[in-house]
Order: sequence, then C-alpha cells, then structure tokens
Amino acid sequence: MTERITREDVAHVAELARLSLDQDELDAFTSQLADVLDHAADLDALDLDEVPPTAHPLPLRNVLRPDVVGETSDRAEVLAAAPSVEEDQFRVPPVLGEAP
Amino acid sequence: MTLSTAQGIASAVRSGERTAREVLEDYLAAVDGREHEVHAFNLVLADEARVAADAVDSAIDAGTNPGPLAGVPVALKDNLCTRGVPTTCGSKILDGWRPPYDATVVGRLAAAGAVVVGKTNLDEFAMGSSTENSAFGVTRNPLDPAKVPGGSSGGSAAAVAAGFVPVSLGSDTGGSIRQPAALCGVVGVKPTYGAVSRYGLVAFASSLDQIGPFSLTVADSALMLEVIGGHDPRDSTSIPGRTPDLVAELDRGIDGMRIGIIEELSGDGLEGIAGDVRARLGEAGLALEAAGATVETTSVPSTVYGLSAYYVIAPAEASSNLARYDGVRFGLRIDAPNAGEMNTATRTAGFGDEVKRRIMLGTYALSAGYYDAYYGKSQKVRTLIVRDFARAYEEFDLLVSPTAPTTAFAIGEKATDPMTMYLNDVCTIPSNLAGHPAISVPFGVGDDGMPVGVQILAPATDEAKMFRAAAVLEAVAPEGHPLVGGGLP
Repeated sequence: MTERITREDVAHVAELARLSLDQDELDAFTSQLADVLDHAADLDALDLDEVPPTAHPLPLRNVLRPDVVGETSDRAEVLAAAPSVEEDQFRVPPVLGEAP
Repeated sequence: MTLSTAQGIASAVRSGERTAREVLEDYLAAVDGREHEVHAFNLVLADEARVAADAVDSAIDAGTNPGPLAGVPVALKDNLCTRGVPTTCGSKILDGWRPPYDATVVGRLAAAGAVVVGKTNLDEFAMGSSTENSAFGVTRNPLDPAKVPGGSSGGSAAAVAAGFVPVSLGSDTGGSIRQPAALCGVVGVKPTYGAVSRYGLVAFASSLDQIGPFSLTVADSALMLEVIGGHDPRDSTSIPGRTPDLVAELDRGIDGMRIGIIEELSGDGLEGIAGDVRARLGEAGLALEAAGATVETTSVPSTVYGLSAYYVIAPAEASSNLARYDGVRFGLRIDAPNAGEMNTATRTAGFGDEVKRRIMLGTYALSAGYYDAYYGKSQKVRTLIVRDFARAYEEFDLLVSPTAPTTAFAIGEKATDPMTMYLNDVCTIPSNLAGHPAISVPFGVGDDGMPVGVQILAPATDEAKMFRAAAVLEAVAPEGHPLVGGGLP
C-alpha cells in the first residue's frame, strides 16, 4: 500500500492523540500497528477509482426537530461528575504556559 | 415454556403465579453462587433491583399491567448509561463516573417492567473479542472457565449463559454481540443500524455501533428487540417508525424462502474457519432446506475485504469519539501544570493498550498523507460490500455463515497478538459495514464440546424474516452444551 509505518510515525501519531509512550511501548505498538496496516494491503488488489465512498449505512439527510425547548440535563448533576469545578464551570489548569 | 425465559417469567409474574421479587431472588442467588468464578459483572445492583422488583409487584397488586417484561431480570453492558449509577466502559478513565442520564434502551426496559440486576464487563470501550481487555479483570466463559466468553460484550453473554439473568443487552460494532453469543451458546442479535436508539450508548464507532439483546431463546431476543427498538428523537440516526412485530411472526416458518450460504465466509475461500464449525454450518443448511427453504452456496465476494476496511474505519471513528476523554468534564484527571500535559497524562494513565492501539491506528489512518490510502480506500470498500449484499439479496431472502471461525479459545491464547484476535470478527464485520441485521443462533457443539453459532444475515429492516429462520434453526439444532438453557437457575 504505502511504506511501512515507522517508529517516528507512531511517536508522531501518539503526540497527536495526546498519548505518551515509553521506548518499549513505542517498539511494541510500531510492530502491532504495522501488522494491521499490512493486512489492509489486501485492499490494493481492488480497482476503486470509480467507486464512491460510504461514510454511513443509512441514506439520512438532515434530521430536524421542532425548535421547542425539551428536557435538559441538570447542571448540578453534570458538574458533579467533573474532576474540578469552580463557580458552576469546569476548572482546568492553565491552557497557556505554566501555573503561577 | 420454562421459567428461565423472559416470556415465561413475564407471564408468570403478570398472572400472579410468581412475584417479581421471588424471581429476582432466584437469579441473585445464582449470581452469588458463581459470579466469583465467572466475573460477568462490573457492578451488581441487588438493592436497586429489589426496589424495582417490588415496584413491579405493587403495580400488579394495584391491577396495573407492568408490561411485556414484567419482573424480568436484565443485565446491561457497562457502556450503557445509567443515571446516577457508575458506567465504566471497562476503562479506568471512566472509573467512578455516574452519568447524568439514562440510555433510551434503559428507560424502555424499565417502562416494560424489566428489573436491572447489574452492569456487565466488557473489553475496554467495546474494543476486543475476548473480554480480556477490561481494566476490571477478565470475564470467563461459564461453560468452561479456562476459555474466553468472546467479546466485547462478554459479560452480557456470560451472564445469560451462567443463568445470572434470562436476558441482557450488549452492543455490536464488528460482532461484539454475535461472537460472544456464539462462544457462550446463547442467542445474540445485531439489529439493523438505526433500529435501536444509540442515545446513551457510549460511542466507539458511530456509523457501526448498534445495541442488541442476548437470550436463551430466539423468541426472547425478538421480545427484547420489540421493547428496545423504534424511533427515538434523541438519536438522529434512528429509523422513523416503530419496531415491526417480531414475536408474532416467529412461527410462520421458512417454506419457500431462498437462503444463500456465503461462500467466502464459510471456509472454502477463507483460512481459519475450523472444520467443526464448517460441519455445523453444513448441517444448518440441510436443516433449513428440510424446513422448506431452497439453500444454495453463493458468492458475496467483497466480504473478504471487510476485515481490512473495518480495522481502518472503526479505529478512525474511535480516535475521534475518544478525543472527549481529556480529563475536563468527567472521569479521571491526572493533575499537571498545564492543560495540555494534563490531557496527555490523563489519557496515558486512563486508557489500556488496546484502546491506545486503536486510537493511534485511527489517528494515523486519518492523518495527512495517509487519509486516501487507508480511510478513503476503506470507505470505498464499504460501498463494494453494500453493493455485493444488494446483489445477493436480489436472489436470496437471507444469507448464512458461521458466526465465529472457531469455538471459544483459551484465556490468554490470543491476547498478545492483536491481528490474530481481530480475525475473530471476519464473519460478523460485513453486517456492521452494510448496516444490516444479523443473529447468532446456537447450533450444536464443536469437537471440544463448546458451542458453535450459526449466523443468519438479512437485508436492512428485514428482522422478521431473520427471526423466522432463527426460530427454525433453534427448533432443529443438535444438542447444545448441557449448561445452557436448562430450567430455573
């Protein structure tokens, strides 16, 4: 199909996916992901140039409902499930730079 | 009809022959007896179940009909949201999370009089075929505790096979209901995509996921599907209208039906389908013929490419769906000096290896430079599968294949080699890619004495026909495993 996935590719993908891997994990995942992608090489035998893609099994178009307020989640119940909350909002560490 | 079926229990409870509480206590005793060995459940809700059963009994005392599942104990796969009750998805990242809402199917079961007994174990986020990937331990096959129950809905299959509940719910993205049903000797159904609301099912691969039932009998699965199916405004992919009648259709037989055995999935073209499984499939074909159907082998060529396409498409959708576990709004948070490091630390500590593998696979398949080669190509293969099925269904009413390539394998046997594990799903994946319904019916045992499942596939929304053929197979099936299907627990 394409060139085999490399250790560097896996490290890059892990970073994109917000996962941190140690050296051993990087080795193991590289070989496992390569196995799965190698299996997908059987698709290369197919002539797919004129075939449209299918993203979804149902031929649904936009699904709309009447613009009426219905039942909504309870704010206190939702916030109760969060790791950290302040003044009815989700609290997170600083997004830019280090904590003061 | 015995009291170990949902139909039998509901009718006994409605007629006053038994109370919902008596039924429940019998099943809870069965859980007490063997759950330490099987580990079907992440959470047993004995107290809550007693309250629910008593409410059913009060309704009956007051002259109200509690519904078609009156007093029927049910188990829910632990990726179905239950309001205020922990829902883990078998993952540390959701350990302790209490959803602020119920899944639509949970509400419908309760409204039909069912009693929720517990949340069942699963491969983390439903990713796996053996229920060995849960952060909360392995589930064992109740028919042979050295073997896996299949997966990812292994807990729900094991709970029915062990007699802990008569019926349960699972979810099926690539075979996660049908494969464990086959390995545990019970009935399992993946309905048409959109037939059952996914509202409150924690998403794995949204274009493939579907909720469905496990049961000891075909009729009980039909009944469960009638209860949980039908349109739900909270799921925009839900098919309009109500569920068609299924139970009432069961006895209509299959005289004159045209049934095709899928050549590519029954051994001749595909490595890995065991000889004993092939033998049972052949016998099932003869049984369907004896019941009045015409049965022929037929080619559905692109089904052999389903596995490759699936293991690109499902991880791609998963990588997107699982981006929400970032330590901000729910579940685990590992503290760090800034938000980005907190996200990474939380996801690294919270996800197990199989989930990480699939997130990375999906991220790769969707990344610049590889999108066309993997994701784009797989979506086109999905079109070929849809077209091939459409062509086959011009000639045939239903198709059949094995459900799984082998009977239940040993715990640990395939755990270290992901690709070998993925091959388990080869017969079940095409139905998910096409959005079609399929059912696994127990049909005798293999050389090792463990159950074999035969899969019946149908065109979209043709569940009634599928259930009719399943009822025929059930009636003529060779003797199954002695532990499944016998009397009250």
